[in-house]
Amino acid sequence: MRFFSLVWASLLRRKTRTFLTLLSIVTAFLLFGFLDAVRVVFTQGSAQAGVDRLITTSRISFIQPLPLAYRERILAVPGVATLAHANWFGGIYQDRRNFFANIAVSPAEYLAIHPEIALSDGAYEAFLSRRTGALVGRELARKHGWAIGDRIPLQATLWPHKSGSTTWTFEIVGLMQAGDERARKFENQMLFRYDYFDEGRMSGQGTAGWYIVKVRDPAESTRVALAIDALFRNSAAETRSQSEKEFNLAFARQFGDVGLIARAIMAAVFFTLLLVTGHTMAQGVRERTAELAVLKTLGFDNGLILRLVLAESMLMVLIGGLTGLSLASLTLPLFKTFGAQLPPLRIAAESWVAGFGIMLGLGLVVGLPPAVRAMRLGITEALAER
Amino acid sequence: MPDSGTTPLIALRGVCKRYVRGQQSVDVLHGVDLDIPEGDFIALMGPSGSGKTTLLNLIGGLDQPTEGSVAVDGKRIEGLSSAELAAWRACNIGFIFQFYNLLPMLSARRNVELPLLLTSLPAHERKRRALLALELVGLAARADHKPAELSGGEEQRVSIARALVSDPRLLICDEPTGDLDRHTADEILSLLKALNESHGNTIIMVTHDPKAAEYARRQVHLDKGVLVGEATNGAHA
Repeated sequence: MRFFSLVWASLLRRKTRTFLTLLSIVTAFLLFGFLDAVRVVFTQGSAQAGVDRLITTSRISFIQPLPLAYRERILAVPGVATLAHANWFGGIYQDRRNFFANIAVSPAEYLAIHPEIALSDGAYEAFLSRRTGALVGRELARKHGWAIGDRIPLQATLWPHKSGSTTWTFEIVGLMQAGDERARKFENQMLFRYDYFDEGRMSGQGTAGWYIVKVRDPAESTRVALAIDALFRNSAAETRSQSEKEFNLAFARQFGDVGLIARAIMAAVFFTLLLVTGHTMAQGVRERTAELAVLKTLGFDNGLILRLVLAESMLMVLIGGLTGLSLASLTLPLFKTFGAQLPPLRIAAESWVAGFGIMLGLGLVVGLPPAVRAMRLGITEALAER
Repeated sequence: MPDSGTTPLIALRGVCKRYVRGQQSVDVLHGVDLDIPEGDFIALMGPSGSGKTTLLNLIGGLDQPTEGSVAVDGKRIEGLSSAELAAWRACNIGFIFQFYNLLPMLSARRNVELPLLLTSLPAHERKRRALLALELVGLAARADHKPAELSGGEEQRVSIARALVSDPRLLICDEPTGDLDRHTADEILSLLKALNESHGNTIIMVTHDPKAAEYARRQVHLDKGVLVGEATNGAHA
């Protein structure tokens, strides 16, 4: 701390240049915060899934329906405790930009298999008793200003009503809250009754999009999944059973390998930052050759000079990096683009750790060449140049 | 020109310095012998290229001789490592340069405090000592001013305060008045003389200026890397 004022003063020697460099570091880490939050959501959202649940879909694609008749046969597989079925509806509320997941579910079974969903008072009974009833996530209701009792029209994109209309109307009978971290995604979803959907749709009756299978023993998941798939091998609708984690991951990857894209962009950003900051540091030290020689004359040894220059680059990168990540952390909650199926964007602990690691690495890489140059500076030659 | 009577603070024996630049080598000092007793004030004079600054750098531990020995207070410094020399300089030498060499982003007080950062003194003590040193050179009122806000003479006074603050045994001054007008130069030289006389600081000053040399106790003349003469000033005699 004795040398902090000296390091700080050196950093502020050229205020405009330092400010502009800091701005580029802040921007880079702001971008890092955004992109890494997206990467985490797309690659680790699945980690929030239940470990005792399997998802059984068509082997071809999860948008291919499976017969409802599979239900009893799956239940009969040893190790299966219970199951529910669901179907992606893909309805639009007013505008496509209002995208959120709306899913037809077998109500009692679905809620029983997802104990992490916390319902508002009376919601469970109302959902089971009202065929047009729908449960909406608290966050989704807040966003659109919905309340219990409101009737919500959705425009069907996949499943027109058998009357020929594309408008389906649902009545909000309850709100869903996240009982724990696993259920955060439900705060941005809408669930409605499968029987109402199946009877009303123009085609596809008697099929379901996927089954959610609860196994008795999570350790048996792989065996149960293989047994289910074996049951329907060589049938017209072969199945693919996988853990809920894998299913969520596969769902996220519809959008492309977001993790890879995010990492590639970040690598480009940090490489550019390396050049910009490296140039600033190198120039800063070059300009202070005589001053560094004076410090050495006064008794500052080579190691101390090396540490002072490194501390300067570390301090600059840490200030910019922490500001950028903090800004990202503060502004991310304003974006809810992926809230429909995936958890809300936020800076995860691992992103803070990774960001901090990048800051230290960047500070070191950027600071080391000028620091070594300063360390090797010959006093008499440097003073003679003045 | 060794002094045979007393143990000198500085003793140079057969000091040679050769600079090698690519294929060429230049011999700057040729077997210099010199003794400087504690409390002395020496003006090192000679034409440009005579080796004055090189000799000063060797005494100050900023450079190493090619041959010969440099002993300060009985301690030979020519064999010390870079880190040992740095620590030795911090404890024993105060430097005053022609162009002051203050750090422009620090206030006068912070500049004076720099050598004390290498000690274990607490912040309030460092500040107190820096202000005391500034007071000694008559600049306490300008403690919070940055070098750009000071005149040349004031900058040199800050530089002297910085050299004095760690209470070194030896002050090394390289053309301390070379960038100042006559009046200001006289003020600075009077200050150095007072420090020598009242505080007992040993001072070695390189100068081209015969008037500046008159403030010293002794004048030592160097030419082409060889000591060619020595004279004692009357005022000090």
